[in-house]
Amino acid sequence: MSEYTTAQTQILSFIEARFPQASIETGQDIFSLGYINSLFAMELVMFIEKTFGLTIPNDELRIDNFRTVEAMADLVARRSVPVSVD
Amino acid sequence: MTSLTAAPPVQAAPAGARIDRDSVRAFVDTHIMPVADAYDRRGAVPEEIQERIGEAGLWAPFYPAALGGQDLDLVTLGQVHEEVGRGCSSVRSLLTVHTMLSWALLRWGSPAQIEQWAPSLATGAVRGAFCLSEPAGGGSDTAGIRTTAVQEAGGWRLNGRKKWITGGQRADLFLVFARTETSVIALLVPRRSPGVRVIPLEDVLGTRASLIAELEFDDVRLGPDALLGPSSFASGMVLSGTLDLGRFSVASGSVGIVQGCLEASAFYTAQRTVGGSKLRELQLIRAKLTDMVTDVRAARLLCHQAGLLKDAGDPATIMATWVAKYFASTAAARHSTEAVQIHGANGMSADFPVARLYRDAKVMEIIEGSNEIQRITIADEAYREWAL
Ligand SMILES: Cc1cc2nc3c(=O)[nH]c(=O)nc-3n(C[C@H](O)[C@H](O)[C@H](O)COP(=O)(O)OP(=O)(O)OC[C@H]3O[C@@H](n4cnc5c(N)ncnc54)[C@H](O)[C@@H]3O)c2cc1C
Repeated sequence: MSEYTTAQTQILSFIEARFPQASIETGQDIFSLGYINSLFAMELVMFIEKTFGLTIPNDELRIDNFRTVEAMADLVARRSVPVSVD
Repeated sequence: MTSLTAAPPVQAAPAGARIDRDSVRAFVDTHIMPVADAYDRRGAVPEEIQERIGEAGLWAPFYPAALGGQDLDLVTLGQVHEEVGRGCSSVRSLLTVHTMLSWALLRWGSPAQIEQWAPSLATGAVRGAFCLSEPAGGGSDTAGIRTTAVQEAGGWRLNGRKKWITGGQRADLFLVFARTETSVIALLVPRRSPGVRVIPLEDVLGTRASLIAELEFDDVRLGPDALLGPSSFASGMVLSGTLDLGRFSVASGSVGIVQGCLEASAFYTAQRTVGGSKLRELQLIRAKLTDMVTDVRAARLLCHQAGLLKDAGDPATIMATWVAKYFASTAAARHSTEAVQIHGANGMSADFPVARLYRDAKVMEIIEGSNEIQRITIADEAYREWAL
């Protein structure tokens, strides 16, 4: 499984654990579900930062980066600095 | 964990020493406890105490050393706020709102904002306050705020009123939440900005000395650098995140109130004789102390857990903090009532600290998410988790 797919699975599991009644696809707009409030948005950001060991700067905190699981996995891929091997 | 029977240390830690529970306990016993009732009556924490807090490095010890802090973890920060809350909830309230602004700046601020404000917030040369509530809303109903921020060429124009602002009489920098056309944003507003008016609020029931004020913003012009954090969909996170840390501080301070009730009640009942018996020998009195001991330990553990999760960056800290604050604040209200009861008529007197603890405890059930809002939020979580 690629890192990208693993990130998607982890993010999806987190959202599903918080909203067990919802059935969510990776490309689905989670804001359209009507569950997302600022508390959950904060939990989501904390989860991504902790799980993937990164800090999301203010300019990346755009709604489009969090609209779908795929968009969040893209964000993780973009923000993850590859370890250079000399 | 603090022993229930340990004699209070008499020597405060020297300035610059590593901050921990014991050093802060000594600081509180030396500098706050002996005068807390007197300044509560006068309705203002003296400037001298606020300066001593700065000398002890307590304003923002969680800041990195490069910004003047001690990199203090949040578990220990909770212990610091518990100890200060044991001595005086007005001082702890000043620390809470300053902590909220300082933390928000560190978490959401741009490098330039951090460079401008953080070192002075760390020393307390600049004091912060948190401004959400308004005369007609913004307390429980955060969506109901009416203060407006309009973006214009060169920055922002702020108009509106805030009420119940702890530290507002003294603070130099306000973290103000205001409505734009699309969201609620956070602005850093220096007190000296033209159009800012501070009106002291006096004779509040509890935390009487916490320098509460009402603020008026009349066409206050702010630069673009006043915006703290994102202005987009994520702007709500600045509010939620800052309230979460404030809630943690209030929860910890509430543990301090229960500990204060326990210490005062143990001391009083060991001295007071009624009908030939010391109060401490009466079973009904002992039962009250047992409940205080049990609840203070439980509340402290809940705060500890919330702090550990914060230090780990774990989102579970948010609910852990709600639960800790609900338990600790209700325990503070319950046990301060019993502490007054144990003191009889003396419990009504300003000569005994339990009267102040009782008034202050009531505040804890209202601020940073009232009891009703806490119950709603915790129940929502329960249904989300268990009603599949
Ligand atoms: C001493 C003190 C210091 C303060 N310091 C600050 C500060 O520094 N900064 C700041 O911004 N604010 C501050 N506040 C304001 C505080 O945050 C608010 O008082 C608090 O959030 C409650 O809001 P409210 O007073 O507007 O009550 P309201 O929102 O009017 O609520 C009134 C009552 O209705 C209940 N209620 C509300 N909604 C519901 C519901 N859906 N279901 C059931 N019951 C409900 C509430 O729990 C409360 O009991 C302070 C208040 C006090 C007393």
